[in-house]
Amino acid sequence: MKIDKNQLLRFTTAGSVDDGKSTLIGRLLFDSKSIFEDQLAAVENSSKQKGIDGVDLAMFTDGLKDEREQGITIDVAYRYFTTPKRKFIIADTPGHIQYTRNMVTGASTANAAVVLIDARHGVIEQTKRHTFIASLLNIPHIIVCINKMDLVDYSEETFNSIVEQFEEFSSKLLIKDVRYIPISALNGDNVVNRSEHMSWFQGSPMLHELETLHISSDINKVDARFPVQTVLRPQRKGYEDYRGYAGRIASGIYRVGDEVSVLPSGFNSKIKTINAGEKEVEEAFAPMSVAMTLQDDIDISRGDMIVKVNNQPELSQEFDVMLCWLNNSPVKPRTKYTIMHTSNEQKAVIKDVVYKMDVNTFKRNEEDKDLKMNDIARVKLKTSHRLMLDSYRDNRNTGSIILVDESTKETVAAGMIV
Amino acid sequence: MSTYYLNYLEELESEAIFILREVWAQFQNPVILFSGGKDSILVTHLAKKAFHPAKIPFALMHVDTGHNFPEAIQFRDDIVEKLGVNLIVGSVQKSIDDGRVAEEKGKNATRNALQITTLLDTIEEHKIDCAIGGGRRDEEKARAKERFFSHRDEFGQWDPKNQRPELWNLLNGKYFEGEHFRAFPISNWTEMDVWNYLTKENIEIPSLYLAHEREVVKRNGSWIPNSEYLVLEPNEEIVKKKIRFRTLGDITITGGIESDADTMEKIVEEVSTMRETERGNRSDDKRSETAMEDRKKDGYF
Repeated sequence: MKIDKNQLLRFTTAGSVDDGKSTLIGRLLFDSKSIFEDQLAAVENSSKQKGIDGVDLAMFTDGLKDEREQGITIDVAYRYFTTPKRKFIIADTPGHIQYTRNMVTGASTANAAVVLIDARHGVIEQTKRHTFIASLLNIPHIIVCINKMDLVDYSEETFNSIVEQFEEFSSKLLIKDVRYIPISALNGDNVVNRSEHMSWFQGSPMLHELETLHISSDINKVDARFPVQTVLRPQRKGYEDYRGYAGRIASGIYRVGDEVSVLPSGFNSKIKTINAGEKEVEEAFAPMSVAMTLQDDIDISRGDMIVKVNNQPELSQEFDVMLCWLNNSPVKPRTKYTIMHTSNEQKAVIKDVVYKMDVNTFKRNEEDKDLKMNDIARVKLKTSHRLMLDSYRDNRNTGSIILVDESTKETVAAGMIV
Repeated sequence: MSTYYLNYLEELESEAIFILREVWAQFQNPVILFSGGKDSILVTHLAKKAFHPAKIPFALMHVDTGHNFPEAIQFRDDIVEKLGVNLIVGSVQKSIDDGRVAEEKGKNATRNALQITTLLDTIEEHKIDCAIGGGRRDEEKARAKERFFSHRDEFGQWDPKNQRPELWNLLNGKYFEGEHFRAFPISNWTEMDVWNYLTKENIEIPSLYLAHEREVVKRNGSWIPNSEYLVLEPNEEIVKKKIRFRTLGDITITGGIESDADTMEKIVEEVSTMRETERGNRSDDKRSETAMEDRKKDGYF
């Protein structure tokens, strides 16, 4: 296998019991030979115990005891498969509204979202919800799979009318790249292999799309942002004066000799060396983990950001975010939460709820200000110190935050900077 | 480097290094759980890269069942010396001698579950607030639900239904006194990825992973290695086979497979055509459908 060029693609799926999501994932895993015989035997065995004929494909994706007993996906499950072209990570999430937070979680790192539509039912509320979340989380590519085509006689007309429905509602959302594929996950039509029943369809099967999506540009390579995770000071011979700033490049490209600014202090210097592991390199780019040294001795610590002199993020203490509430206990007024943003940590309060978003109708509600689990709202945040901010649309890594409730230590909200 | 993207192994490496550095930044006293198996060797290798040119800032911690592959112990001691890190050993034998746990009885008795007590005792004794493990999500269905930063309550327990959501690269490692975390930097790697990377990076591993003529006995469909702890059943006999191990656990329950793969390249080749998961030869996982989930809830690795 030529592994030196193969990229990693992360995609998310969301769906409920009946729309064939598990069958689709099962099909991808089966046909890419990613299901092992002992796994298959274990699932066949439990299927038999539950009185199901054949193999219950859902069991490949449901891991916890409760999920198997109830036959539903509760938590995000990660699945892996590899083809000769790419490695794939599937974040498989439940589709029901009460699991919005899990969908948001699965979507946060995805390059692509697979939205499933049952050809018999067309666009339903759940389709809109999944698409809205994909757009809110700025997933670069959306693949709409119109499933169960076998149950509508592989009708081109049905397919076209669903595409039209989708185009109509999604025109209100910000979506960069969308493609439509008529499939039958059960029979394998247009999943891995081209369907023999739909010669009218000119596009590629789903796996081919996943293998060829252009993802190199998904990460922002223009705005250089390097959040410092930790400072390396080796106490060993030959490195007495070494101060390496370690971190993962959030976006952009850095070269030795680049003029940089250290934020929030604003001191300028030049990059002296860049290390990727033991290897010294001339340039490095997102999402590489590296260690940099600078020509000048500047006080830099975790939470600071090294950027290019001529391209800087906004420094601000007050800003708007689209917030998804993730916790069972609702927002407590006047509470000081801990905000985590890149490697930085400060205190934050929610000053105001501007509006709440109905994820089914995309309507804004400016009256209801209570944020409960799974609610999505635009809020005004104020932080104890300035943060180095980019908008989430421009930069997923420096435009995202989470809130932590110090009284429980739990992650209670996820936010996208507007 | 004129194309500005990483291949999948480089991206997995970068992700793991990010997580290891995040552990160091967020916790007071983290350790690497080191078994001498390939996954913990990989994690240790990645830690070396993450903190270069500084030393690995974590101690290695080994939960010693007393039923070891002697070679894995030798390998452990060599790597500790080479890296100049501290070694913490939690001994299951000592837990038994101290009356903390009782040895299982019967033919399929193992010390697997006993490790939980030793692990948690050692974590408590050394005030460890984060134990870094080589667990991977592709290994087992309960592990597929693990977070990078996985919270354990003051009883060392995992609550899979009430896990903290993990979004983007924002990892929340906050805890109350007495609680701790497990961190899994290679969560997103598959067995194949591990072998490809070990080969690419030329990383040394115990030769138990390579096919070799070994004394074994057929038990429950697996080849169990001969050792001083092996008690033969009446109709069992020791035979010589060309065997290699896909995982290294407790020597009394870790089965090998018949194989001709005696080089790294051949292992990569073999793993890519393998039709059974690597834990298929671990009798600890065969006890019930939720054996791993149950043990993990109690505090297992």
